[in-house]
Amino acid sequence: MNSRTQFESATGADGVVHVTLRINGTAYRLPLDPRATLLDCLRETVGLTGTKKGCDHGQCGACTVHVDGRRVNACLSLAVMHEGEEITTIEGIGQPGALHAVQSAFLARDAYQCGYCTSGQIMSALALLGEPCGPKDADVRECMSGNICRCGAYPNIVAAIQHVRGKS
Amino acid sequence: MRSFAFVRTDDVSAAIAASADSSTAQQGASARFVAGGTTLIDLMKLNVERPERVIDINRLPLDRIEPLADGGLKIGATVRNSDLANHAVVRRDYPVLSQAVLAGASAQLRNMATTGGNLLQRTRCMYFRDTASACNKREPGTGCSAILGANRTLAILGTSEHCIATNPSDMNVAMAALEATIHVRGIRGERSIAIADFHLLPGDTPHRETVLEPGDLITHVTLAPPAPGSRSCYLKLRDRASYEFALASAAVIVTVVGGRVARARIALGGVGTKPWRSTRAESVLTGEPVSGPAFRKAADAALHDARPRSQNAFKVELARRCLVHALKEVTL
Ligand SMILES: Cc1cc2nc3c(=O)[nH]c(=O)nc-3n(C[C@H](O)[C@H](O)[C@H](O)COP(=O)(O)OP(=O)(O)OC[C@H]3O[C@@H](n4cnc5c(N)ncnc54)[C@H](O)[C@@H]3O)c2cc1C
Ligand code: FES
Ligand code: FES
Repeated sequence: MNSRTQFESATGADGVVHVTLRINGTAYRLPLDPRATLLDCLRETVGLTGTKKGCDHGQCGACTVHVDGRRVNACLSLAVMHEGEEITTIEGIGQPGALHAVQSAFLARDAYQCGYCTSGQIMSALALLGEPCGPKDADVRECMSGNICRCGAYPNIVAAIQHVRGKS
Repeated sequence: MRSFAFVRTDDVSAAIAASADSSTAQQGASARFVAGGTTLIDLMKLNVERPERVIDINRLPLDRIEPLADGGLKIGATVRNSDLANHAVVRRDYPVLSQAVLAGASAQLRNMATTGGNLLQRTRCMYFRDTASACNKREPGTGCSAILGANRTLAILGTSEHCIATNPSDMNVAMAALEATIHVRGIRGERSIAIADFHLLPGDTPHRETVLEPGDLITHVTLAPPAPGSRSCYLKLRDRASYEFALASAAVIVTVVGGRVARARIALGGVGTKPWRSTRAESVLTGEPVSGPAFRKAADAALHDARPRSQNAFKVELARRCLVHALKEVTL
């Protein structure tokens, strides 16, 4: 079947797909198993372990990263789907000594306990700043509902975000 | 997750051709389109979906929302749920749709989820998601674990002795009330399907959920112009305030003239095996004065055929009250 080989050209005979991903401004040429999620690719292949795996099923938000500036769950996306897109992880928004304002606010407001959910919370919070989200604490809670915190640091997470928005 | 061949194309015909030799477009499909991936990849990790070929449709030119000449709206299949909900025309002319989409999932998931994928999202029934359990929807003929099992969140309308799985979508409930039309392109050309005819009742074939055939690609959805003078809303009741599926929900579109209901469109979510339009409730309500008792009569009609199981009898009254409340919201 001629057409079929043409369509399957994306996957090589060895089952590997060669993809260039742009992550935090750097291009990575990667041989990927099509099954690899963006989350596993970031953590295992590229070695960026700041992005966390909580549930692996879209139910917790620990894996939140930005794709072309929009927040998504990296666990429910295949890495091979993101050729040509700009991926931003927690490692790409600030560095020790030069923290992003959202990172500083999380520190100042003590917006975490164990810290496992924190990179996802911060990536979500950063995206929220550019989304239609009402001014109230309740609005922030709704917009942040896709990030679960098992430690229950929610009040301080909301306070940190409202601080950055100038609403506290 | 099973291995699969990954295919990407920016051409609609090529995408259709790449999926046309699938065994079925229903449970057990050997080829699957991937859009947002939030249903498909989730289920592939659970081995509930085991496609041999996955066709990425995110580069197809189906990502636009466009006004139609008749005053209606055309919504592309790969429009993200967040873009749909926040679109100025959707917010103004179809508030019920904007509200329903925003009531679903989380901001991250809505950034990924698409119109076509949401129409085809699968049930959250835990037995369907667990390959160790009997489930007629996943493995025809194995039985239904839910009927005598954990069925608190499952359906009370449109069920059969073979399946009581709920259609979990919020968007679909609004689309049902709006009488949306789904446009499909397949190997034999294009066709359009009224949303009422798109999803199938489980009957004795719960593994068949829609009328789609191998190769069928949803290209877009169209909405008729908003009914003049109508008001609409979506009300969703659930176990937690956000990021949770509906226990019961209601999409209502009502036109009131001189204190009486001149036109009503009513659909329920969280309680049906498919997005549950209730034409019976609509006709009971039409011509009635705007009042609590009239709304209650409509709600009784909507739930008349409810068939609760061991753990979900509470849903009958919850759904009634949900509908009454939604009707008050748009009329009082
Ligand atoms: C944790 C969690 C919570 C959620 N909560 C809610 C909620 O509260 N309310 C709610 O309504 N939903 C909820 N969802 C479901 C979510 O809305 C759906 O997963 C999403 O809408 C599916 O869209 P998608 O583009 O990601 O689909 P995909 O996963 O890409 O595709 C789903 C199916 O549709 C097929 N498909 C996709 N596009 C097309 C097309 N154009 N033509 C033909 N076939 C196509 C695919 O082959 C696949 O079989 C939740 C999901 C998760 C993971
Ligand atoms: S790990 Fe992705 S949402 Fe939990
Ligand atoms: S700080 Fe521990 S999970 Fe949020």
